Amino acid sequence: MNEPIRLRPPLSNEDVEKLNIGDRILISGVIYTGRDAAHKRLIDLLKGGKDLPFDIKGQIIYFVGPTPAKPGQAFGSAGPTTSYRMDAYSPSLMGRGLKGMIGKGMRSDAVKEAMKKYKAVYFAATGGAGALLAKRVKKAEIVAYEDLGPEAIRRLEVEDLPVIVVNDVRGNDLYIEGEKQYRKG
Amino acid sequence: MGEIDVKLITEKVRDLCMKANTDLGEDVLQAFDRAMGKEESPLGVEILKELKENARIAKEEKVPICQDTGFAILFIELGQDVHLVGGNLNEAIQEGVRQGYKDGYLRKSICHPFTRANTGDNTPAIIHTEVVAGDKIKITVAPKGGGSENMSRVTMLTPSDGIEGIKRFVIQRVKESGSNPCPPTIVGVGIGGNLEQVALLAKKSLLRSLGSKNPDPELDQLESEILTEINQLGIGPQGLGGRTTSLAVHILMMPCHIASFPLAVNIQCHAQRHKETII
Repeated sequence: MNEPIRLRPPLSNEDVEKLNIGDRILISGVIYTGRDAAHKRLIDLLKGGKDLPFDIKGQIIYFVGPTPAKPGQAFGSAGPTTSYRMDAYSPSLMGRGLKGMIGKGMRSDAVKEAMKKYKAVYFAATGGAGALLAKRVKKAEIVAYEDLGPEAIRRLEVEDLPVIVVNDVRGNDLYIEGEKQYRKG
Repeated sequence: MGEIDVKLITEKVRDLCMKANTDLGEDVLQAFDRAMGKEESPLGVEILKELKENARIAKEEKVPICQDTGFAILFIELGQDVHLVGGNLNEAIQEGVRQGYKDGYLRKSICHPFTRANTGDNTPAIIHTEVVAGDKIKITVAPKGGGSENMSRVTMLTPSDGIEGIKRFVIQRVKESGSNPCPPTIVGVGIGGNLEQVALLAKKSLLRSLGSKNPDPELDQLESEILTEINQLGIGPQGLGGRTTSLAVHILMMPCHIASFPLAVNIQCHAQRHKETII
């Protein structure tokens, strides 16, 4: 297997164009969290012609709702949540410059088309590896929607967060290709 | 007659909520090892290694295995000779869940279905109580994540569908679930009973230790046939392709109405968490 590729947001078109499905990635730097309720609020802001609570250009959103951090922990357990519930919202955010999403599970055709159109990628983190992923988060602070608790938008400083490219900017999908490769009969 | 103070039940439930969420069973870890030996995908092997490492960190640092610390599902086997004192059993259990999720820094994931407002303390827990012989109480806490529960289904087959109908439905369910329920999964299957009972059978089947045989030889055979077919689908660890789509298929069956053939599939992610105690 190839060595992991290192990425540090903000990402440019060139950064994401280089990525292929199956690439192992280590992300360092700043990323943002957001899941169901936070996405709904972001889209409502865009519909109302308002600004988002953070500059989304070149950024990565991690679909995660962490456990509360224990004393001494920077961040609680933090594996990805299932991404299809964000499918309705992701294309508008990519239209505003979002370059990467981290989650688990297959995205809709509309999301995959938007990734091609806006040059963005989708990464999978290992679902259920919450304790391991938490250790890669060095700092976390709430950026918006504190009332949503685990669903609040947080700015994370991560070091070597391990993810895998599932959808690239050329419309390839590792979930489809991987299954095809190993299917029997 | 055994007298048990419900305060003790609160305390035990609190501890079980925390332990279940941080300490993955040895049976699951052994199942990861067996899967690693058979996995053909290098990426799949890496993911299985990550899951083992994750379980080690969770246990050592007493942090949740997964951020989805689940809906608290409780199975209570209440001995008929037990005399409960000091309060109400249901409230004592709910209080134990409340304390466990707070003191254990576990995520509160329960909300109003319409407004989505969080109840704030992970209650209400779902409690299944059964009265049994004896003067003891057995308490099992089995936190269940939302991602894998969303992929679960109940269906009413017709009797003519037969065993083939069961296989078709279960395998199709796993196939359609793909990467969503965090494979490698454990597939809980309930057969028979009626609408609500079949779902409960599927859930209860998940409590059986991984790697153990079904005591009914016919069901044991069926489990192994379904598992073989599931692991030929190619979905693999995390759905990224590979041999290990499911670690096990568990079946519980009971008689049903002459007109019916109920079937339930309860998909469980690899974080198969449950802890029990007897008072």
